[in-house]
Formats: sequence, C-alpha cells, structure tokens
Amino acid sequence: MNAAVDAGAIPYDVAQVRAQFPILSRSINGRPLAYLDSAASTQRPRPVLDAVEHYETHLHANVHRGVHTLSQLATDAFEASRERVRRYLNAASSREIIFVRGATEAINLVAQSWGRPTLKPGDEILISSLEHHANIVPWQMACAATGAKLVVAPITACGELDFNAYLALLNERTRLVAMTHVSNALGTVLPVARIVAAARDKGIATLIDGAQAVAHQRVDVQALGCDFYAFSSHKLYGPTGLGVLYGREAMLEAMPPWQGGGDMIRTVSFQSSTWNELPYKFEAGTPHISGAIGLAAAMDFVESLGLQRIAAHEHSLLAQATDALSQIPGITLHGTAPHKAGVLSFTLKGVHPHDLGTILDHEGVAIRAGHHCAMPLMDLLGVPATARASFGCYSTAQEVEQLTRAVHKAREVFA
Amino acid sequence: MELQDLYREVILDHNKHPRNFGRLDPADAVANGHNPLCGDKLTVTLRLANDAIQDVKFEGNGCAISVASASMMTEAIKGKDRASVNQLFDKVHALLTQQDAPSTDLGKLAALSGVREFPARVKCASLCWHTLNAALATADAASAPAVSTE
Ligand SMILES: Cc1ncc(COP(=O)(O)O)c(C=O)c1O
Repeated sequence: MNAAVDAGAIPYDVAQVRAQFPILSRSINGRPLAYLDSAASTQRPRPVLDAVEHYETHLHANVHRGVHTLSQLATDAFEASRERVRRYLNAASSREIIFVRGATEAINLVAQSWGRPTLKPGDEILISSLEHHANIVPWQMACAATGAKLVVAPITACGELDFNAYLALLNERTRLVAMTHVSNALGTVLPVARIVAAARDKGIATLIDGAQAVAHQRVDVQALGCDFYAFSSHKLYGPTGLGVLYGREAMLEAMPPWQGGGDMIRTVSFQSSTWNELPYKFEAGTPHISGAIGLAAAMDFVESLGLQRIAAHEHSLLAQATDALSQIPGITLHGTAPHKAGVLSFTLKGVHPHDLGTILDHEGVAIRAGHHCAMPLMDLLGVPATARASFGCYSTAQEVEQLTRAVHKAREVFA
Repeated sequence: MELQDLYREVILDHNKHPRNFGRLDPADAVANGHNPLCGDKLTVTLRLANDAIQDVKFEGNGCAISVASASMMTEAIKGKDRASVNQLFDKVHALLTQQDAPSTDLGKLAALSGVREFPARVKCASLCWHTLNAALATADAASAPAVSTE
C-alpha cells in the first residue's frame, strides 16, 4: 500500500508533520523544546490521541464478554486493531498477533512459555553484544531455570554485528537466536534477514527485538522468516502500556500459556482448565483496549507519511548531526556502522553524559544520558554512559542545530 | 533555575581537581556506592581513630555533581567525630531536598544548594554521603561483638 507515497513522490513537509503533535509546541525552560529522545519513547500525533478519545468516549466496554452492544463495539474495535497490526507486519494470520504490555513482556513471554519447557542443560541461546536488557535478562532467567547457556556474539569496532563470528557460534546446541533489529544504544541496523536465514538453515528458532525498528522501516515477518518479533507501541507513536508479540502460528500452538486468568481459557473447573485458541491463549485478563486502538491509529499515521520517507528524513538528520557533532573538539561518536537508524550516541571529553544531559535540557534539548539499558555494551565501549540523541518523523534540522549549540555551551561551562 | 546555580565555580573546580582522591590502604572501613540510574560509582575508604575520621579518600567515576560532592565531603569530614559527621549529613540532606534549608555552617558544601532545583541530580550529590554512612556501618559491624557464630 501507499506505493506512490513511499516512492517519495510527495516532498516531506516536516512542519506539517509537527503540527499534528501538540506536545512539540511546548517550551522547556523558556526555550523551544527540541525533543531528541524518540528512541526512548516517541510522542503521539493528534490522530492517535483522537482515536483513543473517541474509543473512550463512545465505544468502551469490556471485550470478548458481553452480549450488549457496547461490548460488541469494543470487541470489534479491538479485533480490528489486531488485524491492523497483522497488516503492518504482514503476518499470515491475526492469530499470530498477541497483545502484551510491551517489547519487554513479549520477550519474557517467549522466554517463559517457549524457553522453559524447551531448553535443556547445555542448550545455547545466542544473543548479540548490542542487546537491550530486555533481550538479555529474560534469557538469563530462563537459563538459570533450565541449565541452558547464554552465548553472546561480538560486535566490531564500529558497532556492527561481527557476522562471521555469529556464524561460527551457531552450532548443534544453539536452540534460539534472539537479536535486536536496531540497536537502541548505537543505532546499528542489524542484517536480520541474513541472521534469521543462517539460523533457520540449522533449524534454530529466531526472535527479533523490533522495538527500535518498527517506526523506521517496513517489517515483513513472513519475508524475514523469524519465529518471533517483538515491539512496543510507544516507540511507534502509539500509547504506552501496549506491545505486540508476533509468533509463527505453529510455534505459538505448541507453547503452553504463560499467565492464567480470564479470556485465555475455554473451560474451567476446579480440577482443571482447557486453553482458549490463539491468540487469546496468551492474553489473560482484560487487555489494554484503548492502547490497541491507539496503536492501530499510529500505524495508519505512519503509513500515511510513508515509512521510507520517514526513514529518508531521519537519515538526512543523522548525517547532519553526525557531521556537526564530529566537528566539536573532544567529541567521540559511539557506533559508526554504515547502516544506522536515527540514533547518535556520543561522549564529550571532560563532561560526564549526565552533566551534558542537564545542560542540554536547560537549553530545551531533550536527550537520553545513561547506559540505555545496555550496561554490557557500555562496558565494551569502556564508558559508564553516553549521551544519545535520536530522531523521529517530526525532528528537524533546526533541532539538530539547537543540539549542536547546546553541546558547545556544555563545553564552555566545563572549559 | 540557572545553570550557574548548579555548576558553581567551586563545584567545577572540585570536579576538575578532586581532593583526597584515591584509596587508603590499609583502611578501617570501605564501602562502594553505585547509582544504577546513571552509572556513577565511587569507593570511600576511611581511617578511624577514637570515634573520629582521621583520614578519608574517595575514588570513582561520575558526573561533576557526584565527584565535586564527594571531594567536598572528604574535606568537610576529615578530623570530625562521628556526631558532627551525622549532623553534617543531616544538614546536607536538608540542603539537597528542602527548598528553604539553611546553608549556614556548611562552608563550601553550601555550593550544593543549587542541586535541589534539578531533582534528577539530587542522587548524584547524595551518593557519596550514603556511601560514607555505609562505610561507617561496616566499621561498626566489624568492631561490634560477633552476634552469631558459625
Ligand atoms: C531495543 C529495545 N528492546 C526492548 C526495549 C524495551 O521496550 P519496553 O520498555 O517498551 O518494553 C527497548 C526500549 O528501550 C529497546 O530499545
């Protein structure tokens, strides 16, 4: 869909995009807000806010339970959102779309429900050095419970996956490859199609953490061929508290439920229960209905802009920012892979990232300063933390200039 | 809220030239402090004599606020007895968290008063004090009669 738009026929009007994000017009510390923290969470456009409000105002009731009209309307809207997500990911069936709380919960679901029953002592789970804690800790927990081992594929100096090392680590004990699509700390885009293909060749299951990818590029889970794909709504211009686990139907069918409660059962007696069909087997309790409605609206919004056009826009900002920051004396850029998303991690000599964060904030520039939930990666880089600027569909060249001026200001304060 | 209120001259100076930086060896008490949110890490080592802090050093890695706060703390507590150190802790804590806290008798430490305008940074300034308390607690535990035997 939107082939003409995606081909870049219409110029990208960032002012018009920004006009749809009410929060972007506020000021911070008396200065215009330059929101450069979209990798942590994106802002919400008017259509998402409106869709949620419309749902809450006119359609809300509990889903999958009532014969009354509102319950039916809410259920229809909720299930339409699931279908919207299916289309966004090009999944084969909406039975493969599980609504969860976020990417973190999606990965935990797989670690619990697939990992614990499947893994045996000596089995290996292969991740990369780039992973977010959300794609490390659930596997450590599964390993502790099963005697399996976590193996980490190294990265190169510029922050790319060392692909040959990755291939060499795949072996007959490897049961799962769990890797990020895009690194949240460095912005590196991983060659997930090749990663998955190499694993599948050996009959190894695959999970891709798409938290940082879905807002920046088209994802086709069937073309990718992965078994699981996880992401969060709030990094895709949608509401917080909602995420998606895509799972290949055959995998999900074979997995036991992970939480028990309402909605996930077919029959319950005090002796035993039987499970509902997919996807409900994995959705115990009342879901985040308005979140799903908002996410569907966010997907409409993103596709109306065109993912390729958003990516091209973000790329030009990344190039501009990389150029401007690298000219500042004392700057080190972390992560310089040729294929990157709109994320720029940096440190400034003599200025700790937290001081940088405070000074930038004072200048109205919101960035993330810290370990980015990737402490092992920070250890590899030999820094306790970095400052990270990240871009979204609404980011502007002026904001990059504001960032650059603010970094200069930090140098002056610490001169 | 102005940047100069946070990054006062004396704070920038202590950040650039931390006093009492390093590690006492041997030491009577050691504690490590870690602020997982920002990755600030520091180690405080103490030598104690008759209930007083005879010597103190710190080392670590952190933002300007945490380094300067630790550096100024070591200057302020050296030679003081435990009761005075506790009093000082309370005053610094108040200074960092309460809008109208007095900064009298705090000397250089009064320079930290700007931190309270930046709530995200309060923990940076207080990390060294909590680490100091932890070190003093280990010293107490070591000198206390053993309460359990293997
Ligand atoms: C790569 C990556 N994976 C997982 C997560 C976790 O997402 P959430 O906190 O929304 O569950 C994040 C969020 O920062 C991320 O960047």
